[in-house]
Amino acid sequence: MGNPVLEILNLVCERDDRLLFSDLNYQFNVGDIVQLEGPNGAGKTTLLRILSGLFSSYEGRVLWKNELLTRNGALFQSELLFIGHKSAIKPSLSPLENLRYLMGLQQSFKESDLFMALEQVGLSGYEYVLCRNLSAGQQRRVSLARLYLSNARLWILDEIFTAIDKQGVAQLEKLLAKKANSGITIILTTHHELSMPNLRILSLNAASTIFECQTDNSEVTENE
Amino acid sequence: MNEPASSQSLSAVLMHVLKRELLTAFRHRQSLINPLVFFAIVIVLFPLGVSPEPEFLKMASVGLVWVAALLSTMLSLDRLFQSDYDDGSLEQLVLCPEPLYLLLLVKSLVHWSLTGLPLIFMSPFLALMLHLPPEHLPVMLLTLVMGTPVISLIGGIGAALTVSLRSGGVLVSLLVLPLTIPVLIFGSGTVQASIDGLPILGHLAIMGMMLVLALTLSPFATAAALKMSVSN
Repeated sequence: MGNPVLEILNLVCERDDRLLFSDLNYQFNVGDIVQLEGPNGAGKTTLLRILSGLFSSYEGRVLWKNELLTRNGALFQSELLFIGHKSAIKPSLSPLENLRYLMGLQQSFKESDLFMALEQVGLSGYEYVLCRNLSAGQQRRVSLARLYLSNARLWILDEIFTAIDKQGVAQLEKLLAKKANSGITIILTTHHELSMPNLRILSLNAASTIFECQTDNSEVTENE
Repeated sequence: MNEPASSQSLSAVLMHVLKRELLTAFRHRQSLINPLVFFAIVIVLFPLGVSPEPEFLKMASVGLVWVAALLSTMLSLDRLFQSDYDDGSLEQLVLCPEPLYLLLLVKSLVHWSLTGLPLIFMSPFLALMLHLPPEHLPVMLLTLVMGTPVISLIGGIGAALTVSLRSGGVLVSLLVLPLTIPVLIFGSGTVQASIDGLPILGHLAIMGMMLVLALTLSPFATAAALKMSVSN
């Protein structure tokens, strides 16, 4: 409602001689849950990395609170929670140690909060087991425990439901909906069908396939 | 409602990085021992391969210890950021609101204290084995204490530049070796001067300058290189 947290203006991005999107315009408002949609290779991850400030070879502008994203990096980063499709979990550390480090980079917290968050994601009893002995889904859950602790106002989540079971996905959906209601902006990609009331979908149609790499026919549609 | 995200103090963040680096290192003990074994083996094999004459060894001892220290530190460099890059924790480090160069300085210092420092503790025994006159040991130790952090710090730049490449190992050595040669020259040169009875303060001053330059400048270069590698 005229209160964009993040705004992209005329974004053009090209990778490996392929045009991912051109003239992309979008506004992410406070409390939005936006799901990026599109086939594999459509540039979902690239867009998330652009929005989180990790990737900067693009044309156009990304505004955070009406200022260029690149202007105030540290301030932006203190309000950002980014979980990439690489989960940043060290196999040689326990879930507790992993979570303590990842949270420690971002904000202050109480030690008891860590146990609580691990319990929320169903890892109580596994706090001291090395992550290399956990299943893929359980490792993913360690990084998702950050969602229960984070104070960040903008969440960028890349394929977070990978390897998570059905109940887990449902529980996460509830958490995301609740957080969005409290004013957190959530941008995510997933191939799960999400059943959330006020989900906005930004679909990136693969702008150009390998066969027509010179053409400029990207189309961005938005449906509420 | 819109309370700002409660932020950490810088020292708390640095402590988290320090603890985590030490923990992961100790969970991979064998890779800590590798450079030390390499260091010892090179020095032990040298007399067997060339000549066990005390006079010859005495002449070669300083240079040999220094070359072996340089190479074994080099060996451990390519894994400085590799696993963090592979599992995505490097992205999280780059996205930390605190200045990246300070976090990387901590990382480099941990790397030095786990590779350079043990080398320094081993070196007196190996140097004595090579008939280095014992009265020159303190000078040799001093040069190693000043020189090996420089190798770790400069090596960090190379490791950060090549971390996103499939086979960065050789490239790191090619990039970093030329930059570390002054350290080698002045490191062994200082001890040689001391053996020859020449004043060494000038040598030490230059080594000190290299240490200060590396400490203050290389974290910035490493941070810039890492940001580039992560955005690939």
